[in-house]
Amino acid sequence: MTPALTIEGAALGFGGHALWRDLELRVAPGEFVAVLGGNGSGKTTLLRAILGQQRLDAGRIEVDGRPVHGGDRRIGYIPQQKLVPPGTPLRGRDLVTLGVDGHRFGLPIVTTAVRRQVDELVASVGASGYANRPLGALSGGEQQRLRVAQALAGDPVLLLCDEPLASLDLQHQRGIADLIDARRRNHDTAVLFVTHDINPVLGLVDRILYLADGRFRVGTPDEVLRTEVLSELYHSPVEVLRSGGRVFVAGAPDAGGSHHHLESES
Amino acid sequence: MDWPTLFDFTDYAELLTLVRSSIVAAAILGIVGGLVGVFVMQRDMAFAVHGISELSFAGAAGALLIGANVVAGSLVGSLIAAAIIGLLGAKARDRNSIIGVLMPFGLGLGILFLALYPGRSGNKFGLLTGQIISVDFEQLGLLIGISVVVLLVLVVLWRPLTFDSLDPEVAAARGVPTRTLSFVFMLVLGLTVAVSVQVIGALLVLALLVTPAAAALRVSSSPVLVPVLSMVFGLVSAVGGILLAIGGSLPISPYITTISFAIYLVCRLIDARRGARTRRRDRSRNRLAA
Repeated sequence: MTPALTIEGAALGFGGHALWRDLELRVAPGEFVAVLGGNGSGKTTLLRAILGQQRLDAGRIEVDGRPVHGGDRRIGYIPQQKLVPPGTPLRGRDLVTLGVDGHRFGLPIVTTAVRRQVDELVASVGASGYANRPLGALSGGEQQRLRVAQALAGDPVLLLCDEPLASLDLQHQRGIADLIDARRRNHDTAVLFVTHDINPVLGLVDRILYLADGRFRVGTPDEVLRTEVLSELYHSPVEVLRSGGRVFVAGAPDAGGSHHHLESES
Repeated sequence: MDWPTLFDFTDYAELLTLVRSSIVAAAILGIVGGLVGVFVMQRDMAFAVHGISELSFAGAAGALLIGANVVAGSLVGSLIAAAIIGLLGAKARDRNSIIGVLMPFGLGLGILFLALYPGRSGNKFGLLTGQIISVDFEQLGLLIGISVVVLLVLVVLWRPLTFDSLDPEVAAARGVPTRTLSFVFMLVLGLTVAVSVQVIGALLVLALLVTPAAAALRVSSSPVLVPVLSMVFGLVSAVGGILLAIGGSLPISPYITTISFAIYLVCRLIDARRGARTRRRDRSRNRLAA
């Protein structure tokens, strides 16, 4: 079977400093891979490279067996939750409509086919109850559900998620993570999920790509989230603590895993 | 105050035929301004509008000085400003500092050109505060032509521009050429500002490019109703202003800005009353739930 995502020998750096090099990753259809790593480890840059917005220094990236390009419709993209300002002249469902036809030039007419497709997408994320309300009046969790629906428009092969749970409360984190998980199980959509905190998706992910210091490690959570593995990756003593089904990485030099750092970054 | 100078509707019909093409120009600008305004608000670019208008004023004043076409001068100034802001100001903070730097420079340059200009002072003042009645027929045609071009471009760009205004990152990921689009929108904005400067004056451009959209956004968040309302508000302000002004001896701009502002106030009131009602309803619902 063709991998949904293939990364081969990929290298990228800025000003002589390598973010990562010789990066190898194959994500099968329906597979859920989390990308972990501290600030500046190149997680977001990796997403940009997969989206075709950032050229690699070396190597190649393919989606569904073909090279990626900017604006690739085979990729769905779920960004970090940021509140849409009240007074934005869009209703909830219009956000989803943009996912369907927002890239098209021409007369802004919503056809019946598009409307039906949007109805289905909205229903698939359980947002039918509030899809007709003003977007700016919806809660962060509700907006994020609609963003998932937007990303699913066009039935993508690969779903790229950039911290989609950040600044959501626990209940909504759960809801969004379950939506993404259900999608990959029912539609074989591969998921690449960048996050600073693995715990909300720990029970869902198949494998982890851990980026640190220009190096990386790929494996199941049990293979990667271990004291000796991460200490070797960081070249410095790092402790992985497990408690009540949750995992904590302590002492990582780039201060990864800390919520505070990521929030000040965004 | 002598009220008949404010309103004197004898000979009104004759006056009306004299200014008919001005009214057409104002009507089209009202519609286009209202439409552009919706994107100006979504992209948070009110300050950019003001910055462009000052350079547009400088261009027009320069054209006046060298005896060139004033509308053409205004266009050149606008487009240069729009291009600079579009190229250098991708990020909001960069953009604001560039506009802050350009604006006084443009206004100063314009004032210099006007000071050097030996002609009538009425023309000078007109560039800052509006002069649609004194625009000649040929230039009116140019203004109308530009407005129609802007209208067409906006309709074609509508969907991707909405996407880019809401969420540029996702839009780019989904295949919207966001950079090109932002730049084209700046040029469209430049064209609209150049036309507005002729009608309402460099200092008052915001009354047609921001106020109608701001008012519409107060009373609706429907993607169809907001632009429609905004266009209607712009049209009513621009045409209403001229119709009232020709009945008296005062300039047109204060009528336009006052109507535009009054519409905004009414929309705020409607919004506030609706907000109070929603809060009351929520409170009673909470009481029931408790």
